[in-house]
Amino acid sequence: MSFVDSICHFNFNPAILISMMNQRPLHHSDSPREHLLHRLYTLQQEFLHISPQAMQQVAAEYQLSLGQVVSVVEFYSFFYTQPCGRFHILFSNCTSCGYLSDEQDLLHLLCQLLQVTSGKTRHDGCVSVHETSCIGLCDHGASLLVNGLPITRLTEEKITQIAQLVASETPLLQWPAEWFEVHNTAHQRSLLLTEYFLPGSAMQKALIHGKDETLAEILRSDLRGRGGAGFGTGKKWQLCQQAPGHAHYVVCNADEGEPGTFKDRMLLCDHADALFEGMTLCAFIIGAEQGFVYLRGEYRYLLTHLHTVLNRRRQQRLLGQHILGQPAFHFDIEIVIGAGAYICGEESALVESLEGKPGIPRIRPPFPVTHGYQNQPTVVNNVETLIAAAHIIVQGSAWFKAVGTEESSGTKILSVSGDCQLPGIYEYPFGVRVQQVLDDCHAHNVQAVQIGGPAGKMIGAADFNRAIGFEDLSTGGSFLIYGQHRDLLAVHRNFAHFFAHESCGFCTPCRVGTQLLKNNLDKIAQGRGTAQDITEIKQLSHLIRHHSHCGLGYTAANHVLDGLQTFPQALEAPLQQHFSAQFDLDQSLESARQITHRDDASAHLD
Amino acid sequence: MAMQAKPNTISIDGQEIAFTAGQTIMDAALAAKIYIPHLCHYPGLRPSGNCRLCVVEISNRSTAACITPAVTGQEIRNNTPELNAIRKTITQMLFVEGNHICPSCEKTGNCKLQAMGYYLGMLDDHFPQFYQRREMDASHAGILLDRSRCILCDLCVRASREVDEKNVFAIAGRGTDAHLIVNSSTGKLGDSTIAVTDLAANICPVGAILIKEQGYQVPIGQRIYDLHTIRETALQENVTKEHHEK
Ligand SMILES: Cc1cc2nc3c(=O)[nH]c(=O)nc-3n(C[C@H](O)[C@H](O)[C@H](O)COP(=O)(O)O)c2cc1C
Ligand code: SF4
Ligand code: SF4
Ligand code: FES
Ligand code: FES
Repeated sequence: MSFVDSICHFNFNPAILISMMNQRPLHHSDSPREHLLHRLYTLQQEFLHISPQAMQQVAAEYQLSLGQVVSVVEFYSFFYTQPCGRFHILFSNCTSCGYLSDEQDLLHLLCQLLQVTSGKTRHDGCVSVHETSCIGLCDHGASLLVNGLPITRLTEEKITQIAQLVASETPLLQWPAEWFEVHNTAHQRSLLLTEYFLPGSAMQKALIHGKDETLAEILRSDLRGRGGAGFGTGKKWQLCQQAPGHAHYVVCNADEGEPGTFKDRMLLCDHADALFEGMTLCAFIIGAEQGFVYLRGEYRYLLTHLHTVLNRRRQQRLLGQHILGQPAFHFDIEIVIGAGAYICGEESALVESLEGKPGIPRIRPPFPVTHGYQNQPTVVNNVETLIAAAHIIVQGSAWFKAVGTEESSGTKILSVSGDCQLPGIYEYPFGVRVQQVLDDCHAHNVQAVQIGGPAGKMIGAADFNRAIGFEDLSTGGSFLIYGQHRDLLAVHRNFAHFFAHESCGFCTPCRVGTQLLKNNLDKIAQGRGTAQDITEIKQLSHLIRHHSHCGLGYTAANHVLDGLQTFPQALEAPLQQHFSAQFDLDQSLESARQITHRDDASAHLD
Repeated sequence: MAMQAKPNTISIDGQEIAFTAGQTIMDAALAAKIYIPHLCHYPGLRPSGNCRLCVVEISNRSTAACITPAVTGQEIRNNTPELNAIRKTITQMLFVEGNHICPSCEKTGNCKLQAMGYYLGMLDDHFPQFYQRREMDASHAGILLDRSRCILCDLCVRASREVDEKNVFAIAGRGTDAHLIVNSSTGKLGDSTIAVTDLAANICPVGAILIKEQGYQVPIGQRIYDLHTIRETALQENVTKEHHEK
């Protein structure tokens, strides 16, 4: 297999980035105010938290109930009701870009050096260190965000330097600029990553052929959604086009929250034109005048770049009024930035968030395609889906269908990370075997691969000849590799903590069940588990999978069920032969000892 | 096997019932006096789908009856040992998530969570308690809010918005941090517009929202679920009826 390796340097000039972090996202819709999430972000930036008074002020400005503002502030991880530090540091806790990925607790180290407790702000207000779910830098080793800017390839040495810079309150501008560089490394390119996309080329073709023929071309291509569920894209656009409504909308889902996924980060950097053109095509077909890109808060540093491309496209008359001179075709795109909530990748939760609400999945049906943003017909598509659509219109459906398998036409872009020598982006025709990917990224002694992230499927060597595709191993693109040396129980615990943290809290099975699952796995890891816990985990997992409200709940227990099937020893080896208490008696007396200021022998149990 | 389905008819555990356009499975079932266990549903308020007590199965797929539209020909499984076992587990989840010390709670005997436990044969909590810290609010002269007992069913939120037209409550926070908030400048019930006669003050299925100075008027032993099952009472409920009786 040919081996293409290109490194695209993105403009990560910290001076530009920092000024941008304080810049407000522009908006070009008819809405008179900036988005509620953006307004709250500005307050968070300025005052390092959002105070009750600030919430009241916002409620008045937006003519919302105070309750709605409070529930939004409390839903999103990146809004705080207590002041953060002037240096606010978020360590990823992903198994690939997390602070433990090198078996070395970098978060603990930094906290020690700075004399700060994780999750709390230091008394002088200088610094706060928190953990957060995957920040999409899995191909860059352990990473963190400091005041929203990414620092990658963390080492003990770098942590020591960071501690010094924070302690001396050195402005970020004076930190080493190369620390903030993010490289998009594509090791394998196929259809989408080899073709150059000429801005306007798809729209010009669409205007020549008309709406119906353009939609027919997408339908003929058999393009299916790249965000996970695999719904037919042409079909979705058709349903939306036919749905009655006084406005139609197209939304690009750039929430990319599944741990281990970072291909949309690369696509947004290097293929923004094709993305915006895909959205414009969709707008042309469904009759939308307004589009949104819902960008995850962790990718805020991409904003300047995206605005630059949008502005250029406006100048090229590829966006705005009378696109390409058409008297009746007006369309523009606004970027809305999330604030730390995995659930907002779920399309109906995303729509709620776009409307300035907490990201609670809606009752479905009706689906967004008929009742989406503002209850109007809305297409929600993944970044990669929209880019593929733009290319299909330029190259033709036959070009696309010639690659892939019967049920999965075209290619899939994978985000490969974990225990391999060449982490990065890999684009393959659908049908590629897992083993092929492992060979290409130089992964040796592989114990397990997590396909599609924590919500996906965990497989072992016996399944490495299986194929990536909707008919076999379906994936949104996350490809996490675990070597033989990895403790898979730690991986399961990591995933279980992730889901418990990210459950929106709406439905009982998911809200309570993910907590119970987390507690059960922690208990086993602490050496207190018995065979009964395995039975318990299985029952709980089935309940969460089958009886939850949304896709988060349906998939939250997949990893444990897969693990119990394929790697039972990971969970069973630490089990005790006999009953053991849920808790450590002596440990449970700790709070009593603290209250009574006692630590003598008789204040302990053994 | 399945015969040609009659139009506008669904079957629940083999019993055929009619439905009208726009009804959910729950609506149709209640109209036909078939009990599907539920806690967060109240006829007359918009359905929510959060508690999941009403899970039923259609072709082996689970769905919440209160938010699933009735569609001609659906063959629904409801009162089965498997589903009741799931419902019992969900009830246990709600118990351990909050702090429910029934013997010291004024709602005991009138509480739907308890009643659901009785109905489903729940004999223990099964899961370890969460012991979460939840705030109590006694600021209102006539109403007590004890969040320790809140099961996040959202009924008070909807009742206040849809019937009282006041919007006194909302749910904030994510995951198990989710909690009921009061929509007033201080976040206290005493500074809100809620009145003792509001539906929102009376609809709470558990002892989270209690009317003050009415404690123990009905002695324990003669309370609602001492005399009836939740199945019996649930088939009688309706917002408009209750509210206009006041
Ligand atoms: C919990 C959860 C998180 C999701 N996150 C994303 C995401 O980050 N990006 C995405 O494109 N789709 C995500 N999805 C899938 C979306 O709901 C939706 O199916 C998708 O955006 C549709 O686009 P597509 O048809 O182009 O794949 C998520 C789904 C769930 C249940
Ligand atoms: S609310 Fe119900 S279940 Fe909870 S303590 Fe009171 S009586 Fe018990
Ligand atoms: S206070 Fe009562 S009615 Fe309101 S959400 Fe909690 S349990 Fe439901
Ligand atoms: S919170 Fe989403 S599945 Fe329950
Ligand atoms: S009654 Fe249907 S989910 Fe609560």
